[in-house]
Amino acid sequence: MTAVGRTYRGASAATGPLIFLERAHRIALGEWVLIELEKETTWRGQVIDAGEEITVIQVFEEPYGLPPAQVKISLTGRVATAPVGRELLGRALDGAARPIDDLPAPVGEAMVPVWGAPMNPARRSRPAEFIETGLSAIDGMNTLVCGQKLPIFSGAGLPGLEIAAQIVEHARAPRGERFAVVFAAMGITARETDSFLRRFDESGALERSVVYVNEARDPTIERLLVPRMALAQAEFLAFKQGFDVLVIMADVTHYCEALREIGAAREEIPGRRGYPGYMYTDLAGIFERAGILRELEGSVTLLPVLTMPDDDITHPIPDLTGYITEGQIVLSRELARRAVNPPIDLLPSLSRLMNAGIGRDRTVPEHRIWADELYAVYARGREARLMASIVGESGLGKGDRVALTFADRFEEDFVGQGSERRSLHQTIELGWRLLETLPRSELIRIDDETWTRRDAQRGEAR
Amino acid sequence: MSPARIVRVSGALVEAVPLEGASLFELARVGERRLLAEVIRVAGERATLQVYEDTAGLRLGEPVDLGGHGLTAHLGPGLLGSVLDGIGRSLAATAARTGDYIHPGITAETLDPERRFEFVPGARTGERLTGGDVLGHVEEQPGFVHPILVPPGLEGTLDSIRPGNFTVGEMVGSLDDGTKLRLAHDWPVRRPRPFQRRLAFDRPFLTGQRVFDFLFPAAEGGTVAVPGGFGTGKTVIEQSLAKYAEADVVVFIGCGERGNEMAELLSDFPDLVDDRSGRSLMERTVLIVNTSNMPVAAREASVYLGITIAEYYRDQGRRVAVVADSLSRWAEALREIAARLQEMPSEEGMPTYLGNRLGKLYERAGRVEALGRPQRVGSLTFVGAVSPPGGDFSEPVTQASLRVAGGLWALDPTLAHQRHFPAVDLEASYSLYAAGLMEWFANATHDDWPSVRSESLRLLQLERDVREIAGLVGPEALQEGDRFILEIGRIVREIVLSQSAFSEHDAASPLEKTYRLATLAHRAYRAGLASLERGRAPDPAALEGVGRMLASVRDAPFEDLDARVADAEAALERMGGGS
Ligand SMILES: Nc1ncnc2c1ncn2[C@@H]1O[C@H](COP(=O)(O)OP(=O)(O)O)[C@@H](O)[C@H]1O
Ligand SMILES: [Mg+2]
Repeated sequence: MTAVGRTYRGASAATGPLIFLERAHRIALGEWVLIELEKETTWRGQVIDAGEEITVIQVFEEPYGLPPAQVKISLTGRVATAPVGRELLGRALDGAARPIDDLPAPVGEAMVPVWGAPMNPARRSRPAEFIETGLSAIDGMNTLVCGQKLPIFSGAGLPGLEIAAQIVEHARAPRGERFAVVFAAMGITARETDSFLRRFDESGALERSVVYVNEARDPTIERLLVPRMALAQAEFLAFKQGFDVLVIMADVTHYCEALREIGAAREEIPGRRGYPGYMYTDLAGIFERAGILRELEGSVTLLPVLTMPDDDITHPIPDLTGYITEGQIVLSRELARRAVNPPIDLLPSLSRLMNAGIGRDRTVPEHRIWADELYAVYARGREARLMASIVGESGLGKGDRVALTFADRFEEDFVGQGSERRSLHQTIELGWRLLETLPRSELIRIDDETWTRRDAQRGEAR
Repeated sequence: MSPARIVRVSGALVEAVPLEGASLFELARVGERRLLAEVIRVAGERATLQVYEDTAGLRLGEPVDLGGHGLTAHLGPGLLGSVLDGIGRSLAATAARTGDYIHPGITAETLDPERRFEFVPGARTGERLTGGDVLGHVEEQPGFVHPILVPPGLEGTLDSIRPGNFTVGEMVGSLDDGTKLRLAHDWPVRRPRPFQRRLAFDRPFLTGQRVFDFLFPAAEGGTVAVPGGFGTGKTVIEQSLAKYAEADVVVFIGCGERGNEMAELLSDFPDLVDDRSGRSLMERTVLIVNTSNMPVAAREASVYLGITIAEYYRDQGRRVAVVADSLSRWAEALREIAARLQEMPSEEGMPTYLGNRLGKLYERAGRVEALGRPQRVGSLTFVGAVSPPGGDFSEPVTQASLRVAGGLWALDPTLAHQRHFPAVDLEASYSLYAAGLMEWFANATHDDWPSVRSESLRLLQLERDVREIAGLVGPEALQEGDRFILEIGRIVREIVLSQSAFSEHDAASPLEKTYRLATLAHRAYRAGLASLERGRAPDPAALEGVGRMLASVRDAPFEDLDARVADAEAALERMGGGS
């Protein structure tokens, strides 16, 4: 967009987060707008519907005390941009990219549009590099790779954000030193932000992080901007500076609610449960910014955290997210109640890119078979647990009883590792030990070759 | 009339005046960057257009120019191996212009305008030709003969024709009315290409997946819907079809899905070898890629583009498979556009014409006798993934698909969570083609294929019933006969029908292997029944042995099949009552 700025006096109407402008000229869709009241208060806005009769502007700050007829509306002639650069590492900014860490405003190395363009799929490179998170449930069973987007489906009061923080503290990227974290807080509480940042600080992760904060008390609509600003920063660090960037976003549910608010204010025909029909496309515009480019160094890996309303995984927010992301880590209230920590329910959890990141030369040769077998026995144990709740344990067949005992142990020892950091090899070894509590005849997925290798390994260990 | 200019921009839609002369589905160039758009509504002097590129930055007052024709596919040799976006721009050509990211306002050819093909004429001057007649041929890929057809709708006497090394745009001949004939021609994507007549669904579309080929076979030229919630295995199935299905050409439409999945295809396919041709899989594949974050209007168009390209190869006499992932994203694109038009929605906000349009898409599949001489038979098999919100099949896209598709491969999240793949719901799935295909299977494999299949289906039904009871009373309380049904049912489901896409030797199963595994399990079933009849419960250890043997048959390389089958037969023998 190259057109110069223009100024109008007075909007014709305002409702909630929207103001309406009549008979404006040369307005562009997506144009960045500044709304001023006597030089004292400024609101930021963006054109979301440009029309000769009526133009709709979405306002990012709360519109308290915004008198539509009296404001000065400046169309800037450009799109929303934000400063990005290495010097932002270690900094904490608000949703308007203003410092909240008592340091001077960052200048950055560049100003870039926050609404990114889609990567050319033909220029993407296939994500395949293993990231060790230190969590057995992820590294062993649902491996994360560089360039993946893997959300945590949490529930109210479940430790989704804590798990994300634990991953940041423990994560070992394949190329170590050029590793950065971008954190976008969207509508979470001050308490959550503080505890998250404190953990960052203590682990030394803060100096390689850029933090964008929009808390529950901050403007709602700004939440639509914050993740995109964070991603613009991540893309710059990754693809201009060669960093492997891990982007944490919390909470996507608050983001979606902001989206719904705009839809309602525009009197749009709502989709499922009142969320806009274009929510899939909108979320895809965020999540698809993760990835790796063929000819460039860095990577953007995305770990969004969302809260499943009422623990319902079929709710449109987790549902559409799961349809876009490359898997999901699902937390379970039942496991949390039984003090399994982290309470990751492995059955609905999935990493779609796991296969590319594991096996010979990447993790261990038997990784796939090992995980398949653990999954098979665990799933059988869970089925047996369900049946036992109806017919009692004594009504189970022998195979089911064995599987049930296994499932209990597996949840306690393997999944429930607490705050300990486990290397991949510790995870694999633990999985083997648990499998070896079962008769080999039950483990039909493991072939002779794998057993031979395993036996040799154990021999060495002794 | 003054030049038309933009008066409104909202999402993917633009309104412009004065455009009273516009016709529906006519193309236009919008704005100073000349974005491609299509007229979708005309009311008085105001026309509404859907824009195939990102509309951010479009400004009121910018110009709009009509293009005079609808969205077309550029059809000719060189499509195989290409990667196109939803409106047919080569993504490699796009990348050469705008680098790693796609920016609006670029034009990029579908076919490489520089590439030359050796054209060998077949028709002679003076010959009377009509649409579909073979003019000559080129070799598109080594070993892949690509007949050049007179475009449907043309007719005349061949005035000139010449052999030589041509680009797709160069003239290779002409008709007496002066019409120039080239290697490539354009065809409107929304208009089905004509053919002579439809043929019966009497041969299968072989997938290499046992659960489909054995239980729910698709017909060549048929249609199948594959609904399933996220993570149930739709994409893996579609990719497996693209890799292993019996087809000459595969058109893979990545419609509104993930960029990394496309990267995976692009990194795998060139190195995978197609067993039939011995050449790279990419050489039989056309990839249409419009990921979820690319413009929605182009997502809507992508499915039509893919089907049109498929029809083009069908007309050459090829067996073409179209796999679309996912039709729900196509439907959502329709919904997004309809909502912006303020159309009255029906269920789930979907436009009222959803069922209609979806039906028309599926109807473009078929096994047909093509237009023109010499006579050719070609087919277009269509397999569409459906992504129901919340995994609930009562939603409109699944329901509309069920009304028209000849097969349903329903996927079940519980099975997927247990990592039982393909996670096919054996109770809900069906194939309306199965009955008509049994004769083919009996002739092409073994006489008893149909009876083994129907008895296996019955066993699985029986096992479901017993499992239900076991869920209430516990397996320990069951009679011996019922416990046996549970065991053998589990063997069929978990060993015979499950297939890991990541397995070294079992990602695809040749028909003979499918037959062997199915019959071995079937014989174990019969043997067990016989022994029960004699008042003896089948030995659980022997049954376990059968399971292990079947697993080893399944996981062995195909060359070892006979040897492993012999071992399994021995295990059966031990179970008592081998044959
Ligand atoms: N046939 C299969 N064999 C092994 N794993 C499979 C198979 N089908 C699906 N999966 C697993 O399930 C995951 C999700 O499958 P995918 O096809 O991407 O689901 P959908 O497209 O339905 O969301 C895959 O990443 C893979 O791990
Ligand atoms: Mg998929």
